[in-house]
Amino acid sequence: MERITEKVLAGERISGDEFLLLAGCDDLYKLGFLADTVRQRLHPDPYVTYVIDRNINYTDICISACKFCAFFKAPEEKTGSILSKDELQQKISETKELGGTQILLQGGLHPDKPLEFYEDMLRFMKSLDIHVHGFSPPEICHFASLSGLSVRKVLERLIDAGLDSIPGGGAEILSDRVRQALAPRKCSADEWIAVMQEAHHQGLRTTATMMFGHIETMEERLEHLQRIRDLQDLTSGFTAFIPWPFQPDNTALAASHDIQKETAFGYLKMLALSRIFLDNVDNIQASWVTQGPKIAQLSLFFGANDFGSTMIEENVVAAAGAHFRLSEKEIQRLVSDAGFMPKQRLMDYTLV
Amino acid sequence: MDSFIQQAGFGDIYDKVRSGQRLDLEDGKLLYETNNILALGYLANIVRERKNGNKAYFIYNQHINYSNVCTNLCKFCAFGKDKSSDLAYEMDLNEVKQKVRERLDEPINEIHMVGGIHPDLPYSYYLELLQGIKEVKPDIHIQAFTCVEIHHLSELAGKSVGDTLEELKTAGLGSIPGGGAEVFNPRIRKLTCEKKLPGEDWINVAKTAHRHGLKTNATMLYGHVETIDERLEHLDILRRTQDETGGFLAFIPLAFHPKNTAMADLSRTTGIEDLKNIAVARLMLDNFPHIKAYWVMIGPKLAQVALSFGADDMDGTVKEEVITHMAGADTDQALGHKTLIRLIREAGREPVERDTLYNILQTY
Repeated sequence: MERITEKVLAGERISGDEFLLLAGCDDLYKLGFLADTVRQRLHPDPYVTYVIDRNINYTDICISACKFCAFFKAPEEKTGSILSKDELQQKISETKELGGTQILLQGGLHPDKPLEFYEDMLRFMKSLDIHVHGFSPPEICHFASLSGLSVRKVLERLIDAGLDSIPGGGAEILSDRVRQALAPRKCSADEWIAVMQEAHHQGLRTTATMMFGHIETMEERLEHLQRIRDLQDLTSGFTAFIPWPFQPDNTALAASHDIQKETAFGYLKMLALSRIFLDNVDNIQASWVTQGPKIAQLSLFFGANDFGSTMIEENVVAAAGAHFRLSEKEIQRLVSDAGFMPKQRLMDYTLV
Repeated sequence: MDSFIQQAGFGDIYDKVRSGQRLDLEDGKLLYETNNILALGYLANIVRERKNGNKAYFIYNQHINYSNVCTNLCKFCAFGKDKSSDLAYEMDLNEVKQKVRERLDEPINEIHMVGGIHPDLPYSYYLELLQGIKEVKPDIHIQAFTCVEIHHLSELAGKSVGDTLEELKTAGLGSIPGGGAEVFNPRIRKLTCEKKLPGEDWINVAKTAHRHGLKTNATMLYGHVETIDERLEHLDILRRTQDETGGFLAFIPLAFHPKNTAMADLSRTTGIEDLKNIAVARLMLDNFPHIKAYWVMIGPKLAQVALSFGADDMDGTVKEEVITHMAGADTDQALGHKTLIRLIREAGREPVERDTLYNILQTY
C-alpha cells in the first residue's frame, strides 16, 4: 500500500494489481486523499464545472431488453412512443430559455427506423442551433446493423447531419460475461470500444460511463477501467468518465436477483478508485441524479471535479427509482459551500 | 497520511487530537471553517475509534408523538400546532397503548416519546402514558419527554424538577431524549423560539436528571441563523456540564429542515455542513461517549458516510418519524433492521445492536 501511495503522489500510473489492492481497502480517507491529489494535479484551479442541458429520449421502444433497465418498452407491448418534431422543438426551446447549451439525445434500439430518420432528426435539431451530444455506441452499432453499413460510414453520415459528440452510455460493464448475462442483445465490449475509437478518429469527443453495483466483480470493474484507459492512451478522445451505481427499482434484474442498491460508501470508493486509475481522463463527474445532493457534494473530495448536468429532464434512472432534482442555483450553492467556484461549461469542458 | 493532515492548516490540533488533549474554542473555529473535509474526518475518526473502536451502533425502536399541540410554536418547527389548528391532534391513553400493542411481536427495546408543550393536558396524563406503556410491554425502556417537557411537567405538578423526575421514574421513565436544546444562546432563542425554556434551564433539567440517575442525550439544531461561535458556545456548555455530571450518553447534531416552518425561506443544509457538525462535535465533545448520525435528518446515505467522520451510532429503525417529515424530510419513515446492518457493514464497521443505555444486545 505504501508503494501505491507513493506512486500516486508522484503522479505515476498504477497497475491493475495495484488497483485491486486499493479496492480492498476500507480506508475511505486514504482513497479520498489519493483521489483528491490526482484531481488537484489535473485541476489546480478551484473550479467545479457543470453543463446546462436536457436529456431527450427520442423513443423508449427498444429491442435490447436489458435486465437492468426500467425505462424501455418492448416493441410488441405497443405502449412505447417516438417523439414528434413538435415535441423535440418545444423541449429544445425550453432548454435554450433556461440557458441550456446542449441536448443529450439517446433512445431505445428501435426495431425499424432507418438511418435517414436519425439524420433527419439531427438536421432538424441543428436547425434550432444547439449542441447535440447524441447516440451512445449501442445505438450506433444498431444503426449499422439495420442499415448494413459500417460503423465508420454510419458515423460519417451522422456527423454530416450535425452530430457534435457522443455520450458514453451503454458501456455498463465492459466485460462480455456481464453483458451476456444482463444485456445479450446490446453491442459487445469490443464493439463499444470500436465505436468510440472510430468516433475519436473522426474528431468527435465522447464521454465514458460505467454502471456498477450489480453482478459484476471487482476484477470486471478493473477490466472496464483498463479498456477505457487503454483507448484513451491511443486517442485522447474521452472528455470525462461518469461512474454510477445500478438503480434496481422496477428492473427485471432486481426481480430475479437479490441485488441491494450500492451504498454511498461504495459509490465514493468507486469514484475515488476511478479517479486514481484513469490518470489520462481529465474529468470525473459526480452522479447527483443517483446519489442526491449531499453525497454528490461530498464526491468533490473523492475525485469528482464536475457536477454533470442540470438535467432539465431525465427519464431513465427516474424509471428505476432515482428521483433527485437539482436546479442550477442549487448546484452553485452546493459547490460554493464545499469551497469551490461553480463554473458553467460546454460539452468539451471549455468554460462559458 | 501525516503529510495530508499537515497540509490542512490545522496547526497543533493534529498533535492535540493524537495525544488526547482537549481542544479549545479557537481550535473548534478553525475546524468549522476548514474546506478540507477529509482531514477533518480523519481527525474525528481518531477520537471515534479511540472511544468506540470499529463498532457502529443502532437500536430497534419505536417513535410515538403523543400530541403536536404546543404553546411554544418555535419558528424552526413544522410539527407543533396551536390547539385550535385543524391539524392539531392528541392521543388518549388507549391510542398510545394501541400503538405499542400493534407492534408487540417486534423486538423493539426502546420507545421514544416526545410531544409539544400542551396547554391543558394534566400532569396525571403523562404519568398514565408511562404506566400505560409499561402495562402493555413491561420490559420496555421508555426514553421520553425532552428537558423542555420535563420542566413543563414540573410546573404542572407544582413540584421541583427532581421530585417530578422521581415520580416519572416510578411511572416508567427510563431516560430522557436530547431534544429542545436547539442552540442555547439567548440571541438564537429570542429569534427562533422565544417562548421555549431558556438554555440555562434546559441544562439545569439535564443536570438534575443526571443527579437522579437518569441518562440523557443532547442535541443541537444547526443550519438556520446561528453563527459558528454560537455553535461552539453550545458545545462548550454541554462539555462543561458533562465534566460535572457524566450523565450524557450521546450528542446528536440535528440539521434544520425549513419546509413548512416560519423560516421556510432558508436553504436546507448541505452534506458538507452535516459532516462538519458531526466531526467537530466528535472532536470538541471529548467527554461524550457517543455521536449519533440521525439518518432521518441527513438521509441514510450521508449517515453511513458519517460513520467515517466521527459518528458511531445511526439511531434506529425509528418507525413513524413525524417531526422531521412535517418539515419536508424526504427520507423514509422507517429503515429496516437489515438495511441498517448492511449500511454499517458496507462502511467497513461492525454492526452492533444496542439498548438505550448502549448495552450491547447483539453484534452482526
